[in-house]
Amino acid sequence: MIETRNLRKSFGDHEVLCGIDEHIEKGEVVVVIGPSGSGKSTFLRCLNRLEESTSGEILFEGINITDKAADINKLRQKMGMVFQQFNLFTNLTVLENITIGPIKVKGLDKKEAEEIAYRLLDRVGLRDKAHTYPSRLSGGQKQRIAIVRALAMGPDVMLFDEPTSSLDPEMVGEVLDVMRSLVADGMTMVVVTHEMGFAKEVGDRVLFMDEGVIVEQNVPAELFGNPQHERTKDFLSKVLS
Amino acid sequence: MPIPFLAAESAGLLANLLNHSVVLRIFARYWRYFLEGARGTVIIALITVLLGSILGCGVALLRLSNVKPLVWFSKAYISVIRGTPLLVQLYIVYLNVERVITFPNATVLWLDFRRTMPCIIALVINSAAYVAEIVRAGIQAVDIGQTEAARSVGMTGRQAMGLIILPQAVKNILPAIGNEFVTMIKETSIIQYLGVPDLMFKQGIVTGFTYKPLPSYYIAAAIYYILNLVMSHGVNTFERRLQASDRN
Repeated sequence: MIETRNLRKSFGDHEVLCGIDEHIEKGEVVVVIGPSGSGKSTFLRCLNRLEESTSGEILFEGINITDKAADINKLRQKMGMVFQQFNLFTNLTVLENITIGPIKVKGLDKKEAEEIAYRLLDRVGLRDKAHTYPSRLSGGQKQRIAIVRALAMGPDVMLFDEPTSSLDPEMVGEVLDVMRSLVADGMTMVVVTHEMGFAKEVGDRVLFMDEGVIVEQNVPAELFGNPQHERTKDFLSKVLS
Repeated sequence: MPIPFLAAESAGLLANLLNHSVVLRIFARYWRYFLEGARGTVIIALITVLLGSILGCGVALLRLSNVKPLVWFSKAYISVIRGTPLLVQLYIVYLNVERVITFPNATVLWLDFRRTMPCIIALVINSAAYVAEIVRAGIQAVDIGQTEAARSVGMTGRQAMGLIILPQAVKNILPAIGNEFVTMIKETSIIQYLGVPDLMFKQGIVTGFTYKPLPSYYIAAAIYYILNLVMSHGVNTFERRLQASDRN
């Protein structure tokens, strides 16, 4: 579904991604772990071109999205994104946050969009917050709404950029629950996270990144149980201890 | 001996001010002039800030666009206007406008249209540069994550700006434009040099009647101060309302 070929990204002289070749299959849940500054977030953000790669190619459903001619706005509708800082639109209510994309981007009428929104709000148990502004929500509620906002566009893949990293510990569970339910639905997901438990539990594949390269990847049981590289062992010993 | 003379006059007037005589007497007699002048000042400042805001938004959008020549133009515009005195700009614009356009002789909002319009154009050109910076700062103060989220659902840059960024930026921008209005009430005082009947111009007329400049300056200062006190209070109240709506 998503394929990257020799994907590179530099900020000035500093190369953050040093040639990533990766293939994410339809229905796969790929979890990306690694120390901070390893390039994992940048890798994710390159996938929907929030970050422009310096060189290399990204193919999404067979289309080269790094091509200038590619309609990135059209492609982004198919790639839902969830941010560490939630980034709910502060000037809109919860319901408007969810429906603005379907209405303004996909051209759905308001009634149709709201039906989708309420169905998804039911799913995350936040129907009663429909007319609330984001500033009145807890972090966990904000992130669940942010997931709903992305889902309302009917994406083929969901990209999660450290979705639980800025949550209070007691709110992590409610967000992971929503993500688990997406896994159960067969959603294709790429998740950058520090939640090793979640990675073990639902990941089909775990990528360990360090210094701009994928050092090692494997099914969770193997990568966590029997890491091959020193850097992987070192990292895991720090986060799992 | 102008300096000892002025000192003596100041001391005398200060004494008079304290026992509420000369200043109040002049105001009692000529208040109509002062209030007409104040009306002129407020009208000109209001029109200037309204038109200046519209032009300023345009300049800010050029400044934030991706088209290099437009960015250069707006940068140069803002830089030149902020780097030269308003009085010099006023004369340059006034004389140029007069050469090109002749405004009809008419009285609009109690003001001589022909004489006032070139001044308003000059003030608008000046104010727009300041408003442009206010608008740019207001837009850039909106968290970049808002733009990223908007783009990630497939919005175009224009949609993200119009639907998400600008509505949030307005809350940063409006109070600052209110302050620009407060500033403009004071800045307009220089158009007296071109014979537009604002507060300072009328003050000059009163001085011509009384031969006592200081009391009329005191009165003019008091009126400016009261105008701006009221305006600042209005701006602050408005700002608090905007912030309150943010918390809901």
